[in-house]
Amino acid sequence: MTVAVSAEGLSFSYGERQALKGVDFSIEEGRVHGFLGPNGSGKSTLFKILATILPIQGGTANLLGNDLRGDLRALRKRIGVVFQSPALDRKLTLRQNLVYGGHLQGLRGAELNRRVDEMLAIGRLSERAGEKVESLSGGLRRRVELAKGMLHKPDLLLLDEPSTGLDPGARKDLWSFLQSQKNLTVLFTTHLMDEAEVAEELTILHEGEIVAVGTPASLKAEIGDEILEIDAVHPESLAAKIEKSSGLKAQIFGSRLHIQSPKAQDLIAELMREDRQEVDRIAISRPSLEDVFILKTGHRFWEGSEEAK
Amino acid sequence: MGLAVFSLWHREVVRFLTDRSRVFSSVGQPIIFWLLFAGALNQSSFRPGDMSYGEYFFPGTLAMIVLFTAIFSTITVIEDRKEGFLQSVLVSPVPRSAIALGKIMGASTLALGHGLVFFLLAPFAGVPIDLMSGLASFAVLFLIALALTGLGFTLAWVMDSTAGYHGIMMLFLMPMLLLSGAFFPAVGAHPLMAFLMAANPLTYGVAALRYAFYGAGSEATLGLPAQWLCLLVSVAFALVTFSLATWVVLRRSSKVAQ
Repeated sequence: MTVAVSAEGLSFSYGERQALKGVDFSIEEGRVHGFLGPNGSGKSTLFKILATILPIQGGTANLLGNDLRGDLRALRKRIGVVFQSPALDRKLTLRQNLVYGGHLQGLRGAELNRRVDEMLAIGRLSERAGEKVESLSGGLRRRVELAKGMLHKPDLLLLDEPSTGLDPGARKDLWSFLQSQKNLTVLFTTHLMDEAEVAEELTILHEGEIVAVGTPASLKAEIGDEILEIDAVHPESLAAKIEKSSGLKAQIFGSRLHIQSPKAQDLIAELMREDRQEVDRIAISRPSLEDVFILKTGHRFWEGSEEAK
Repeated sequence: MGLAVFSLWHREVVRFLTDRSRVFSSVGQPIIFWLLFAGALNQSSFRPGDMSYGEYFFPGTLAMIVLFTAIFSTITVIEDRKEGFLQSVLVSPVPRSAIALGKIMGASTLALGHGLVFFLLAPFAGVPIDLMSGLASFAVLFLIALALTGLGFTLAWVMDSTAGYHGIMMLFLMPMLLLSGAFFPAVGAHPLMAFLMAANPLTYGVAALRYAFYGAGSEATLGLPAQWLCLLVSVAFALVTFSLATWVVLRRSSKVAQ
């Protein structure tokens, strides 16, 4: 397999604040790769660097065989970028937006028209081609953005929070379309657990560092055990007690205990028997990506976003 | 490069023409300005010979049209760069210089278009206009448009907010217009004013416009800098601001994409 995107020791700071603290990764060609992290995890900065709009400050990165510190023009012809914030001209029609987008990629004439028609058809937008973008719903606009990003048949597609504004049906369409594209490497960022599930491979970011890499299934399997969540009356003392009796480590988030256990049922039975009055609520579940995040960072996923604000 | 410049230029013009309220306001506003000033200052003394103030202010209004068009069409750069169309331009293989060139040519075309509408009023203002003077003044107007759009683009690119740009506009661009000889001549002005006017590159553009209409040696161009100097400064002004616009786009600082 060929490597499509790689980075070594990639770092970036906004003044004093270090947004990326030297990350290394390598993504194979043809994969759908997700970067999952809460706001402030550095994923947007990483996205902007890979999209060639932020310069590299430290480390190296290579996209499709092009060093990001080198000449970017050849590379830009081969990547498609869809930003989270709209990059369409609201006052222009859908077709005009695509035509101008095509011109910027060097497409023109009959070939451009053919590609525009093709992408409009794929996005099921043909009938509305003559309407102004401002009259479209958020989901439709998103599809136009994607059509624009794919117009020049890029080898690498970069998507920043691709599901923003999409309803579940449109989201499904988007991913089945992307997964059907042969030889297209897709790299996307997200802060949504369920969106991260569609990735073939996932990199989890936290505070500018990579905390886990793997397929969503393997990351969850790494936990193996089941997850117990307990809302406790006295979380500290209950955690200490459980740790003493069973040797299991309980992480405390407010009044909630988070325990990873191979024998969750036994633990529940024990708690019901001995500490019934200490427990407000108890839940058992298979590990989710959020549990992976908690295990790797010791933080809840959304705590990170609050810190970042 | 050519296609990208053409496309950016075309987009600018199409965007303008599809926005009807913008078309009316940008054509109507200078006409109203001109009528108000011409009417109010009809008897004012600071005009050469027996020229009416409406006639004196006519080339000035053209400069004003160009300045306003330059401001309004470059202000979008500020928002567009953070989110919007410009983001997709920045990740495309288009050379950075084409971004500045396309935008500047587009805005200059709009400015000229507005100028053309106002030109139709020349007979009412008493401004002598024939084919030669029309063409000459158009060429000068284009130079001024290039210079001011380049300036507007540069300011907009380095600016973080539209509010900041408005500040610059009131503090810097409006005084530049007021002290360009568009509203009143340097002759008879306070020495400090006269000095500022001589240092203002737009003064030479407005003067070059007057030369284009009236020719050298006419009463209307008395007291202006020499014609060759006016043209030279105008060309230099356009070259400098265009280079600045290209330079700011080329800088890939981290500030750009935040």
